[in-house]
Amino acid sequence: MAALTLRIFPYGALGGRRGLVLVERSLMVYRHTWIIIVSGFFEPLFYLLAVGVGIGKLVPSISFHGQVIDYTAFVAPAMLASSAMNGAIYDSTFNVFWKLKYAKIYEGILATPLGPGDVAVGEIVWSLGRGVIYSAAFLVVCAAMGLVHSFAALLALPFAVLEGLAFAACGMAATTFMRSWQDFEWVTLVLLPLFLFSATFYPLSTYPGALAHVVRWTPLYQAVDVQRALLLGGLHPGLLADCGYLAAMGLIGGAVAVRRLARLLLH
Amino acid sequence: MKAQDDATLISARGLVKKYGDFVAVDHIDFEVAAGQAFGFLGPNGAGKSSTMRMIGCVSPPSGGTLRILGLDPVRDGPRIRAQLGVVPQQDTLDLELTVRENLIVYGRYFGLPRSVLRSRADELLDFVQLADRANDKVEPLSGGMKRRLTIARALINEPRLLLLDEPTTGLDPQARHVVWDRLFRLKQQGVTLVLTTHYMDEAEQLCDELVVMDKGRIIARGSPWQLIERYSTRDVVELRFPLGENESVAPRIDGLAERIDVLPDRLLVYTHDGDACLAAVHARGLTPVASLVRRSTLEDVFLRLTGRSLID
Repeated sequence: MAALTLRIFPYGALGGRRGLVLVERSLMVYRHTWIIIVSGFFEPLFYLLAVGVGIGKLVPSISFHGQVIDYTAFVAPAMLASSAMNGAIYDSTFNVFWKLKYAKIYEGILATPLGPGDVAVGEIVWSLGRGVIYSAAFLVVCAAMGLVHSFAALLALPFAVLEGLAFAACGMAATTFMRSWQDFEWVTLVLLPLFLFSATFYPLSTYPGALAHVVRWTPLYQAVDVQRALLLGGLHPGLLADCGYLAAMGLIGGAVAVRRLARLLLH
Repeated sequence: MKAQDDATLISARGLVKKYGDFVAVDHIDFEVAAGQAFGFLGPNGAGKSSTMRMIGCVSPPSGGTLRILGLDPVRDGPRIRAQLGVVPQQDTLDLELTVRENLIVYGRYFGLPRSVLRSRADELLDFVQLADRANDKVEPLSGGMKRRLTIARALINEPRLLLLDEPTTGLDPQARHVVWDRLFRLKQQGVTLVLTTHYMDEAEQLCDELVVMDKGRIIARGSPWQLIERYSTRDVVELRFPLGENESVAPRIDGLAERIDVLPDRLLVYTHDGDACLAAVHARGLTPVASLVRRSTLEDVFLRLTGRSLID
């Protein structure tokens, strides 16, 4: 998966394949603390059960691209998109900050032939990988619950790679600007509204015109839009723009992360 | 030219490091020969660590030329670092991994295959006497153990050049002696050592050649005994008189020594023959509360060169 990601996205320009040994490091670390990873999978699942199934009992079926669907089926793709985002954010923010400021792991690494580009590639690939693992597990649950209505769902996982890249790269870039743990309140302050308002629990058409336009331009909305089309059907060319948006996030975030790491560590 | 490259591992000419307006390293020249143990001595803020970071290719020089293993640190950083071992001032061990995993993963950063690293990690753990802690987490290890593990980690790529920034600062005497012993063995195996320290006994124990730095400049250089010969005398007589009398006694032993330092608690009398000097002091009718004749150490040199006032 990691090698494939590198082939698809020109991260070689930033760092290189050598950085993938950081993924190896993360695997070694999580061999000791795998339970932390497992716990992250349950969050979107609980939301799906509470909101989708629970509140879904009160909500009459919902119309999506001309077909009438169950409310749970409407919420599920949004939870899938959220799980990729959350997974990618965990490691690229809190853990990267700890390694950067306290454990000084990267200082040790930069004394080897690896450079800041390698560090960024390694950490971003691992972080997005965590998002993809959550997405895969969640997708299996969705399929088992009969919430997948289209064969295009086969593309949901490759898309989770792209989405994970976007959030992991931007998460890591943002983390390089953090001064203390207090600053992470900003991460929560950004992520929570993204999770709640990106047409996750109700259609975009619920918003009044101007607000709908704002939501249309937020990052998680792109992913929700795509995953909903992949799982429920209704593919349209606009989805390519969504993908372009996320790819741009990944490239810009990655480039900023590399520059900032170099500035912080190689002075 | 080739022969010279083989013999000289590091050469610096007019090397400068600036942080904004602050000049941390101010036009220094030095060369480190293969197989040597080379020391940077100096008080805090003298520019030792900045120099080490430039040699470690993690800090670009602001001026002058620096060649490491014949290569340019700015252009060939990764190629140079592949042949370096670095023991930083503060441990950067991976606290989320075990002792042995620390060595394996660090070797992976150098692109070495796991099969090679497995046996090398075991050898190194034996070498630094940590084999029995191989599967423990790093966090609960003592300071001395962490330091030894950092040294083992720095050796995982079998470096030609080992950089040690204050390798024994903060360790208890037992731990320091173990570290010195291991470094001495490495030196005997032909590893070139470059270290910074503000412990004079460490410099005397380990270094073939040293430079004394102060305020970013090199103010003296040579082997430990050359420095002692040049900046101090063979012996030092330490005399303690009752409190407050040191000052008034000093003029009365004038002429018996090359130089006298009056400290609040004692007099330091620099002379080529300590016993004869002490006898002469007694002959003048002076009876110190306590007296000690000892050989000059690098510490005497250091204090003479960099002064006795506190540097923070």
